[in-house]
Amino acid sequence: MTGQELLPSLEKSLGEKLQRKTEFRGETSYSIAADGLREVAKFCCDELSFDYLVDITSIDNFGEEPRFEIVYELYSMPHASHLRLKLRISEDVGEIDTVSDIWPTANWHEREIYDMMGIKFKGHPDLRRILMWDGYPYFPLRKDFPLEGLPSEMPDVAFTKVTSMEGGPFVTQPTTAKTKDREPRARPPEL
Amino acid sequence: MLQLGGSAAPAFLLRTGWLILVFVMPEKHPTAYDSKIEGNVIFTRFDAALNWVRKNSLWPMPMGLACCAIELMATAASRFDIARFGAEVMRFSPRQCDVMIVAGTVTYKMALAVKRIYEQMPEPKWVIAMGACASTGGMYRSYAVLQGIDQLLPVDVYISGCPPRPEALLAGLMKLQEKISRERSLRRQKPELVEKLEEALS
Repeated sequence: MTGQELLPSLEKSLGEKLQRKTEFRGETSYSIAADGLREVAKFCCDELSFDYLVDITSIDNFGEEPRFEIVYELYSMPHASHLRLKLRISEDVGEIDTVSDIWPTANWHEREIYDMMGIKFKGHPDLRRILMWDGYPYFPLRKDFPLEGLPSEMPDVAFTKVTSMEGGPFVTQPTTAKTKDREPRARPPEL
Repeated sequence: MLQLGGSAAPAFLLRTGWLILVFVMPEKHPTAYDSKIEGNVIFTRFDAALNWVRKNSLWPMPMGLACCAIELMATAASRFDIARFGAEVMRFSPRQCDVMIVAGTVTYKMALAVKRIYEQMPEPKWVIAMGACASTGGMYRSYAVLQGIDQLLPVDVYISGCPPRPEALLAGLMKLQEKISRERSLRRQKPELVEKLEEALS
């Protein structure tokens, strides 16, 4: 069966878990509640043959409640169709079930989400930082973390200072100005 | 006095305090003086000889961290041959290397390893910071990138570029060779010996 025919069977069996369905240019996404994640994920993997987890990503909606949103991008190789699952959790909960036993690739994706956003995964076999060093006290991709960083202790290197931005970040807007006017110099030219 | 033999003759001092080393060369050089005896011998300064040896066989420790490593590999390949400069021996063991070429972005997480490997290199050692990221942090002004490897190691030559062309890396290597040729190696390596000799002469 094609991709489109998979979705009605999903809705039929697990309709109560799915809260909202959006469709955009042929891409379907479902919003689910956090406690229904494992059931829906197992069903998608086993019954509907969405056997390839393309990506898990996390979004920080700072100021909204619930704060964090986690997006699972699934792909079915036999049927060549995509599916997206979204769920939101609030900062106080901060924890969600792992899917690394269903799709083994989720192991590192969830470690990255833990490292960058601070969301923990229950039942993850090895939940530790993957990009920053062990013992880094902050979660860098949260919206309240500045780009230039906060000072922290790195053992044996003995310092991490705040990076000097020199008037940046250099975000360009579309204009007709020349490059030298668009991008400011870090240091004014010596007179 | 001057002694000729099958192996290198012993050194003797001039009153200026420079150390002169006498080499016995295998081929004959046709020169103005008596080529049968003195054609096999050249006079030079100890520093010049030692620096010549060091600069023409700089064995790099390729700290290839990111995209600049690709250009480093290209420089080591056949078109832009780094073997012309004696530097094709990219031993990945720091114990056998002279110059560390830091090629790529140095994150804080990797900075620890770079520092450790630098400390494992034996003296004399030099550092080339290749590319924008190794020199000043490059385009990555953020929480995770060390803004220039010179915050951790003493850098001798900075090469700008993103990535620098292989010719630029070779030009930087040549600049390092010039820097090495200006060094006062004997005075730095054996300061007590030089002091004793100077005392004995004065």
